[in-house]
Amino acid sequence: MPFLRTLLPKLSFASTLALALLLASCASEGGGLQSQKIDLIKNRGKLICGVDGKLPGFSFLGSDGAYSGLDVDVCKAVAASLLGDSGKVDYRDLNSSERFAALASGEVDLLSRNTTETLTRDAAGGNGLSFAPTTFYDGQGVMVAAGSGVKSLKDLAGKPICVESGTTTELNLADRMRELKATYTPLKFQTGDQTYAAYLQGRCLAVTSDRSQLAAKRTSFPDPSAHLLLGEVLSKEPLTPATTNADPVWSDAVRWSVYALMQAEELGITKANVAAKLAQAQANPNQADLRRFLGVEGDFGKTLGLPADFVVKAIAAVGNYGEIFDRNVGPGSKLKLDRGLNRQWSQGGLIYSPPFR
Amino acid sequence: MASRLGKSPPWWQNRRLLPWLVQASVGLVLVLVIAFLLGNLVRNLSAAGLLLSWRWLGQPASFDIAETLLPFNASQPYWRGLLAGLVNTLRVVGLGFVGATLVGTLVGSASFSGNGLVKRLARIYVELIRNIPLLLQLVFWYFVVFLALPNGAAAIQLPGIVLAKSGLFLPGFEAGFQWSGPTLVDGVWQAPLRFTPEFGALLTGLVVYTGAFIAEVVRGGIAAVPKGQWEAATSLGLGPLPSLRRIIIPQALRVIVPGLNTQYISLAKNSSLAVACGYTDLYSVAETSLNQTGRAIEVIVILLAAYLAIDLVISLLMNGLNRLVQIKER
Repeated sequence: MPFLRTLLPKLSFASTLALALLLASCASEGGGLQSQKIDLIKNRGKLICGVDGKLPGFSFLGSDGAYSGLDVDVCKAVAASLLGDSGKVDYRDLNSSERFAALASGEVDLLSRNTTETLTRDAAGGNGLSFAPTTFYDGQGVMVAAGSGVKSLKDLAGKPICVESGTTTELNLADRMRELKATYTPLKFQTGDQTYAAYLQGRCLAVTSDRSQLAAKRTSFPDPSAHLLLGEVLSKEPLTPATTNADPVWSDAVRWSVYALMQAEELGITKANVAAKLAQAQANPNQADLRRFLGVEGDFGKTLGLPADFVVKAIAAVGNYGEIFDRNVGPGSKLKLDRGLNRQWSQGGLIYSPPFR
Repeated sequence: MASRLGKSPPWWQNRRLLPWLVQASVGLVLVLVIAFLLGNLVRNLSAAGLLLSWRWLGQPASFDIAETLLPFNASQPYWRGLLAGLVNTLRVVGLGFVGATLVGTLVGSASFSGNGLVKRLARIYVELIRNIPLLLQLVFWYFVVFLALPNGAAAIQLPGIVLAKSGLFLPGFEAGFQWSGPTLVDGVWQAPLRFTPEFGALLTGLVVYTGAFIAEVVRGGIAAVPKGQWEAATSLGLGPLPSLRRIIIPQALRVIVPGLNTQYISLAKNSSLAVACGYTDLYSVAETSLNQTGRAIEVIVILLAAYLAIDLVISLLMNGLNRLVQIKER
């Protein structure tokens, strides 16, 4: 049957083509302000947020089964902005190696897991993330045992150093040691628990990570006072929530939900007085800035694909940025970190929200 | 009538065409499914801007690896790092084969011992090890056993051998072919031959775990030799050890070798659990590369290909060995 023999390959090619066309037409997108992600989250009724889960002050699953921390409060603020309820969040604990895959595959909607913003992670040709505003400006530090006699990074030449794999700290350590022309032994572990366990067991002379993370982990050590942070800061580590590049509408909604927290601090709006401020704005038509910010007039919410009162909901749920900082990592917490770079721009810090206009 | 006979039957009765048609339609469905899957992959990848690219392999890795047989530093490209990881994997797998085979053979033979204590101990070892997950055992060996060792001057010292928290130190030839043993310099042990506790924990874990399975394979192989063979050997005046070595083992090997193949392959695959105890194997390097570059699919493809290649080579060698020990029929 030479006829069939020539026909069949053509037939299979044609049907493959037809199938491909059919599939392509299914994937076509509608115009206007449509976000598959926002629709998905609304239908699901829950935001799925990727966190660390084991880092006191940032995201920590407490003994009462509730998550708390600065990263967690960002999740809550976004959930309050979009869904009107900060409790509608499912948390997923991710280690540093899993986090980008979990975000890219859509397993989590938002990654709020002390993640450093970098070029390769942002670039479309790299991890293809879309970063929200930085919520914590940090730097990489090194922790050693108090009695070890190590004073600076140089003293660690030829010594084993514990580091979590898949982090920027791993790379910065390699770069700094190369600058110092010092050989060293990086011991890499997949999870923070293993990294700090190996350090506490004395396998490594030092452990390196973000300074805030070292301070946070130290609070859970058997004897926190037996460990010191070296004065050297190895790198800039802007810890930033992230979404994927795939859905710009959703990324913008997250970005401005976070900015709202910073802007609220600048305007002196707190969790306690937000209701009073809202009443004040509703009563006084001359306070245009405040009215727009709190969604009394204008359509900020709508342009972002969020409810009009998203700012009010977010602040009522978690308070402004300053309150979040103080409660989780500042004076109101075990960590007692200084605001440092994380002060408002008006006080010499880097926290700066663009205008809500 | 004559014309009817000469006519070929209609196509649905054609015995040569029909099977061919069935084959062709199955083939067509298969081609369509593969085309759909590939098309789906390419479409979604290009939508996400992640089409396969291998250029990153040539870029500098800029991360270090703690211990390598193949010299590696952060300025060398990713492919070199992955290769160093592969060599590290092969190192632990190779030594693991030797160790697990020794342990397995000893324990497997011990379960036929006339000594009740030895026999019982062998059974306890097998039952205990086989029923605890390997990951748990690796974490145990690393954190509970190896990292609990003393360090510095307090380390366990035997003539020429030192076992400390920082590793196992053995004597060897240094540069200039001078024989030297471990020495303590500034509270840190130095020696020509050194194994890190990470490597030690992984190797111990794999040997102990796989050894238990191999012991069962060996026990099964020996049990498969008819009792009459033992009796015949004894009646020829052979003692227990010579009869085991000359009569029983050669026959048992025919049963043992195919089973060993499976155990060796599982040892090679299990070595990827190295990350649990901080040893930098191929999987660990691949994971770091994945995080640095974001090239998930490429890295996974490399991993799949590497482990597949290792396992196929093991199978090839074991099949060769199998042909050697089978009964030669002439």
